Amino acid sequence: MSLVIHNLHARVVGGQEILRGLNLEIQKGRVHAIMGPNGSGKSTLSKVISGHPDYEVTAGEVLLDGVNILGLEPDARARAGLFLAFQYPVEIPGVSNANFIRAALQARLGEGEELDAVDYYGDLYKEMDKLEIPRAFTARSVNEGFSGGEKKRNEVLQMAMLKPSYAILDETDSGLDIDALKIVAAGVNAQRGPGIGMLVITHYQRLLDYITPDVVHVLVGGRIVHTAGPELAYELEAKGYDWIREELAESASA
Amino acid sequence: MSTEVISQIDVDRTRGDFHYPEQHTFDAGTGLSHATIDYISDVKNEPDWIREFRHKALDVFLSKPMPTNWASKDLENIVFENIRYYLANAQRPTRSWDEVPDDVKRTFERLGIPEQERKFLAGVEAQFDSEAVYSNMKKALGDEGVIFVGSTDGLRDHPEIFKKWFGRVIPTGDNKFSALNSAVFSGGSFIYVPPGVKVKHPLQAYFRINAENFGQFERTLIIADEGSEVMYMEGCTAPKFETATLHSAVVELVALKGAKIQYVTVQNWSANVFNLVTKRAVAHEEAEVKWIDCNIGSRLTMKYPGVILKGRKARGEVISIALANNGQHQDTGAKMIHAADETTSNVISKSISIGQGRATYRGQVHIPKHLKGCKNNTECDALLINSTSRTDTYPAITVRGLGNSVQHEASVSQVSAEQIFYMQQRGLTEAQAMSLSVNGFVNDLVREFPMEYSVELKRLIDLEMEGSVG
Repeated sequence: MSLVIHNLHARVVGGQEILRGLNLEIQKGRVHAIMGPNGSGKSTLSKVISGHPDYEVTAGEVLLDGVNILGLEPDARARAGLFLAFQYPVEIPGVSNANFIRAALQARLGEGEELDAVDYYGDLYKEMDKLEIPRAFTARSVNEGFSGGEKKRNEVLQMAMLKPSYAILDETDSGLDIDALKIVAAGVNAQRGPGIGMLVITHYQRLLDYITPDVVHVLVGGRIVHTAGPELAYELEAKGYDWIREELAESASA
Repeated sequence: MSTEVISQIDVDRTRGDFHYPEQHTFDAGTGLSHATIDYISDVKNEPDWIREFRHKALDVFLSKPMPTNWASKDLENIVFENIRYYLANAQRPTRSWDEVPDDVKRTFERLGIPEQERKFLAGVEAQFDSEAVYSNMKKALGDEGVIFVGSTDGLRDHPEIFKKWFGRVIPTGDNKFSALNSAVFSGGSFIYVPPGVKVKHPLQAYFRINAENFGQFERTLIIADEGSEVMYMEGCTAPKFETATLHSAVVELVALKGAKIQYVTVQNWSANVFNLVTKRAVAHEEAEVKWIDCNIGSRLTMKYPGVILKGRKARGEVISIALANNGQHQDTGAKMIHAADETTSNVISKSISIGQGRATYRGQVHIPKHLKGCKNNTECDALLINSTSRTDTYPAITVRGLGNSVQHEASVSQVSAEQIFYMQQRGLTEAQAMSLSVNGFVNDLVREFPMEYSVELKRLIDLEMEGSVG
């Protein structure tokens, strides 16, 4: 059981190719990290997998437990078990967090099935407590007027409630101070387990101090160019990305 | 098998879109003349003064040109000579659903009216084409002196109150359509609440058009005597015919000293209905009138509920939600006429335009120079769903004199692709995401509606959005 990305080529509709033959397999039960310099295609990857309409796939496939999801609408991909924690979560004025998460869960039920309200609030409060989110949060509009930390905690809360089989966390550390980062990381770690495969996208090694990955990949120029254990993150932090680019250049000319 | 399933789903999706064969005992025929007026007056056995009132009104209607100010070109498509002006089975409504003819009863059962009556209403009037077929009120209210009947019964059984107030808030010549209504009115509600009586549960009227090529012209008059309180709710539906249907009501409210009237409308006419309604209230000293107006259906709606703030410290409010889908034009707004010191008015309008739908807000606020301590607040927000949707705002605010204050805010926003993508990523379909955005946009206003109506409103918005996403 895995999320397999095979020879993926993609671009902004009508634009230059950004992903150029990307290969990656995310196994359930493991946490993969992708690091890469600015402009390497990290955020594009998360958007292409989840089906953002601004991007088009020109070649390749994305198999979720063996099923190619590239022809599916974003909502069908989500219901199939894919979750994206957004780098910039979107505000939805007038829609309360409680109603939003409830609607998302309801969308996963069959025709005529109703979510049990008591169970729902029980689960919601339990997950909110883990993330140190106060109860008043349920009545606030989704992400409206939220601080950076609150937005990211909300993403992790939604992930906990929707229980995806594969989750992509796009720059979840951006905009967080160290205390908020610890809370968010603890929330993510609590969800680790055999039922979920995670892909943590980050520019900095800092996040990986708190969410220790099983595997680290380096993305440069729209391809995975290097894969190693968690120690790779420290190496990148210490040496930057230039040495990888140099290695690439050498191997290309050799 | 499969066709049966589809037809069932169809009925559920547009709950009002069905009709039964016509069986009318009384039919004034097609077209409008003085003979039509005499037919209506004869059938209703009306006193001479009202017959004369109708004839004069017809002359006013015929002499007035179509409105050009505040008017849509679509008005020119109304063919008055093709319309039937009076269709009814009987002259008196029954007090029991069991006595309502079967097909009419089935109509209202499908619309959920008897059920709502049992659950939360103090009284119900159900109008089918030109006349009320059912009218009933909780006995305790009758014992307190509350009157809640159709306009035909009100005129016949309570002439002393009816005549005193009828046509005083909205004169015949106010506009071409108020004149038309004054000529051929039938049905609508007549309500009188005695001094100090507070009607706890809402009174509801349901207006149903069943016939094709027909015009419904109900006339509603509500008088809340000193210190009394009442909430009135109206709903309306019609089947969708190929030809145009006309609905042109006149609603007059009188809130005497310290009285409170809340008037709630959920308008869900089918998309072939011209809905041209004149609604106005007079608020006396320290009285409060609140119009809560929701327009979802119709081809063209022109409706600007107003309050004349006649007594010191009177308050007027219009809360309005309009949803314009493809082929619809919701031209709505409010009028606040300040005519005494320390009067306050508040207008909050939210409109949603989908596809080619067009929503227009027109507001008139008038505070003359000699008044002191008057306040108006106007907020209009528009939400556009597609780039082809259209919204216009025409506020006309006249405030003279020192010591009066006015505040006006307007905004236009669009549901963004990022918002929809975010919600879709959580598993909601595009239509569900749209619905949620739209419901979020009107959420603070929907809370003003009674609970049962806000649930219905949310359901109607969901249905509209479902059809709007390709």
